[in-house]
Amino acid sequence: MTKNVDCIVIGAGHNGLACAAYLAKAGKSVLVLEAHSQIGGAAATREFAPGYSVSSCAHFLHGLPLKLITELDLVKHGLQFAADSLPTYSLSAEGNAVKISNGAVSGGLLSEKDQATYTAFMKKMNKFAAVMLHILNMVPPRLSLEEWSERINMLSIGWKVRTLGKRDMREFLRIIGMNMYDLLTEHFDNELLRGAIAMDAALGAEHGPRSPGTVLNYLYRLAGQVAAGKNGIAQPKGGMANLSGALANAVTGAGGTIRTNAKVERILVANDRVSGVLLTSGETINATSVLSNADPQTTLLKILGTEHLDTGFVRSVHHIRNRGLAAKVHIALSGKPKFKGLSDEGTPARLIISPSIDYLELSFNPSKYREVPRNPSMEISIPTLADPALAPNGKHILSAIVQYVPYDLGADPKAARETLKENIISTLERYAPTIRSQITAFELLTPKDLEAEFGMSGGHWHHAALTFDQFFFTRPVPGAAQFETPLPGLYLCGAGAHPGGGVMGIAGRNAAKQLLRGGK
Amino acid sequence: MQQAETTPSHYRRPLISSPFFPRQREFVETDTYIPWSGYSSVDVFSSVEQEYFTIRNSASVFDLTPMVKYKVSGPDAEKYLDRLITRDVKKIKPNRVAYTVWCNDAGHVIDDGTVFRLSQTEFRVCTAERQLDWFLYSAIGFDVEIAEVTQDIAAIALQGPTSCLVLKMLGLQGIELLKPFDIGHFTIDGYPLMVSRTGFTGDLGYELWMDPRNAIAFWDALMIAGQGRGIRPIGYQALEMARIEAGFILPNVEFVSAEHTIRLNRDRSPFELGLDWLVDLKKGHFNGRRALLAEKEKGSRQRLVGIEIEGNKPAHGALIYNSADAEKQIGAVTSALWSPTCKRNIALAMLDAPFFDGKTEMWAEIYLHRELVWERRMCKCKIVERPFFAPERRRQTPAPDR
Repeated sequence: MTKNVDCIVIGAGHNGLACAAYLAKAGKSVLVLEAHSQIGGAAATREFAPGYSVSSCAHFLHGLPLKLITELDLVKHGLQFAADSLPTYSLSAEGNAVKISNGAVSGGLLSEKDQATYTAFMKKMNKFAAVMLHILNMVPPRLSLEEWSERINMLSIGWKVRTLGKRDMREFLRIIGMNMYDLLTEHFDNELLRGAIAMDAALGAEHGPRSPGTVLNYLYRLAGQVAAGKNGIAQPKGGMANLSGALANAVTGAGGTIRTNAKVERILVANDRVSGVLLTSGETINATSVLSNADPQTTLLKILGTEHLDTGFVRSVHHIRNRGLAAKVHIALSGKPKFKGLSDEGTPARLIISPSIDYLELSFNPSKYREVPRNPSMEISIPTLADPALAPNGKHILSAIVQYVPYDLGADPKAARETLKENIISTLERYAPTIRSQITAFELLTPKDLEAEFGMSGGHWHHAALTFDQFFFTRPVPGAAQFETPLPGLYLCGAGAHPGGGVMGIAGRNAAKQLLRGGK
Repeated sequence: MQQAETTPSHYRRPLISSPFFPRQREFVETDTYIPWSGYSSVDVFSSVEQEYFTIRNSASVFDLTPMVKYKVSGPDAEKYLDRLITRDVKKIKPNRVAYTVWCNDAGHVIDDGTVFRLSQTEFRVCTAERQLDWFLYSAIGFDVEIAEVTQDIAAIALQGPTSCLVLKMLGLQGIELLKPFDIGHFTIDGYPLMVSRTGFTGDLGYELWMDPRNAIAFWDALMIAGQGRGIRPIGYQALEMARIEAGFILPNVEFVSAEHTIRLNRDRSPFELGLDWLVDLKKGHFNGRRALLAEKEKGSRQRLVGIEIEGNKPAHGALIYNSADAEKQIGAVTSALWSPTCKRNIALAMLDAPFFDGKTEMWAEIYLHRELVWERRMCKCKIVERPFFAPERRRQTPAPDR
């Protein structure tokens, strides 16, 4: 049976859903096709042990734009936070944890100088992040400059940077290509503080804090926080499925349709433009445009097929760097974990194990040689503190993003996984000495597992590493940076498109915007 | 995507010799060689003029071995080549050859060459420049194997009016029935010989493909068959003269590969090279198609044309103007020759838009170096048909004996 719609969105990840919602709101007939039985992609909730459910990839919302929540009416559609404006703790094995909250730092052995510097530093960085956010919200201009609108877009970036004022503009241009190590050692003395801020630049990156360009990653994250505004770092009630559900309701509320268990086998082409999709079931659906939430390599090289593309473009897509280095760990606990030195123990927080930048850099090094970190760096959430319903009564869950776990685990992946598991638990033990005895279930998802689970090439949550060469008008590759691929009617709307990943939905929103402003 | 094995000994000798060289050496008088695709290739055996007239009057033997060759095979071979080149590969039947170009994404020519369809799933692609990198990247997503086979195949171009007769004497039964761009398979002295009615001279002629181990035996047999029929080895320079008369283009002479150009607007589309007939915009997607469609709509920046120039002084590298007093430069000559056979002063020239309309007055600025003194001439020229020299025999089937 053949049906006709204006737009097909491949993949019901948060970007796909956001994109579909904007298109549906604008009056397009929209059909979202999800291969899995559950929507949400990497923004989902999943039972990892009987009775224990957890956000299966990202576990905090730190960059969901207020604008998106308002424009799509997500609260009405069911978005609910179990906690928001969460503080961050940089954990200390000696019990001197540093607390970061509302633009101020406290606790631990912080000097007055560091405390004062931190406030000034964040004020400055947030100004820069606002410039970055302007860029993230844009459809990247084409470099040809043949059209005046493109020139105006280019000028608006320059203007935005210039309005920082002379001193801050110079500072922005000085640091934007720098590494976090140099930036942080310039500003701070406290190791725990440096380690925790550096972790913000490390999360999801494929580089250690001493690698050039890590400040970009930091500002990207901070821009998300600027967009998230008053919500700060938040935890959706019931896990990420809550957000996906709200987005899905926004789609269906605007007249769109979502189908699960509908895997797209092929993007169909007629007369050198998209004509629809073929499902693995054999069903054909016609559409004027197809927007893919899948990563660029999967979309272009696998689902579309290279025969519709030129070799030079295929070569660029083939070379997209997407080696994921972040693993996800889910631990079921028989009781509330006790971390050393938390002033308000038991209230929800974001916990960081990155007690110094050197620690973080050292945890990165082994990944270069396909080895797992001896002392891993982690971002930890205990979601059950704010949302007890995720686990059986009185039980808890520890969810951690473990940085610098290579995609390729070398000759003996099984042994490497066992080693990593032990390293994670013994690392946690240094900060929560009784935790080992509380563990009742343990799940480890390496980048390779994340690739298999969520279908993202390389297991990278940004779909394409967020580095200068794959950013803005070269994201994911030149020739597809305006969300439109060389094949008329085919768009990219996932994390591989500008601006990138993280549970923000901006890529999906931008792609919809580009289609609506009259793309091919 | 698989890559062929490479031969690891090339660094010991920067240039290697063709398997025919032990026999060619006996004919070499001037000891002039040029490097060609990693081979030392004979530039002139004894006299360019004599070698040139062998092409046009009897049977010339040119060693084609250094020509870069790729084997393209596998279930997707046809689909792969159809996406790679500008012509419709589906229309090339087994045992047929097609001349073609291939473009980059911008629709600019990377190289030209010939595609030999050996079977439903196997092709040989002969190219001017090395293409392995581009061919392998083009193979992403196709079930196809690309192998560089240049050194695995020895080849001779036998060109000229008596070439068919010589092959008959060699014992190739029915060779005269081979049509232009046909491939035939023969056995001589127990070894296989592939023959294609192709060449770079615009004349009656054949290209003969074999295992390098049979090269010497074949050379000897060919020379015996050609006795009394004016057979003679020729070098690169003589071929170059015939090439211009035939109106064929050469990379790095008429165009620079689009993958090699550095400066803006130095790359050329097939339309700009006058190769519209090679571009099949209706066959489905191929590399550069979208850009070529846009160019067709917008118009080309330049165009390669054949021109004829007053007088008999070859217009090597001449700039072309719109008036005798050199008011505005409208193009430049890429290849020039006083054609001994046509008795015309001919050239290939790249003209800027819109001056290739045939209505613009054209003057070539020719510099002559005469006993250390430079003289400048402004010679009137006009656009003429290509090829400049096109004898009937090049197309006749059955092929004539002379």
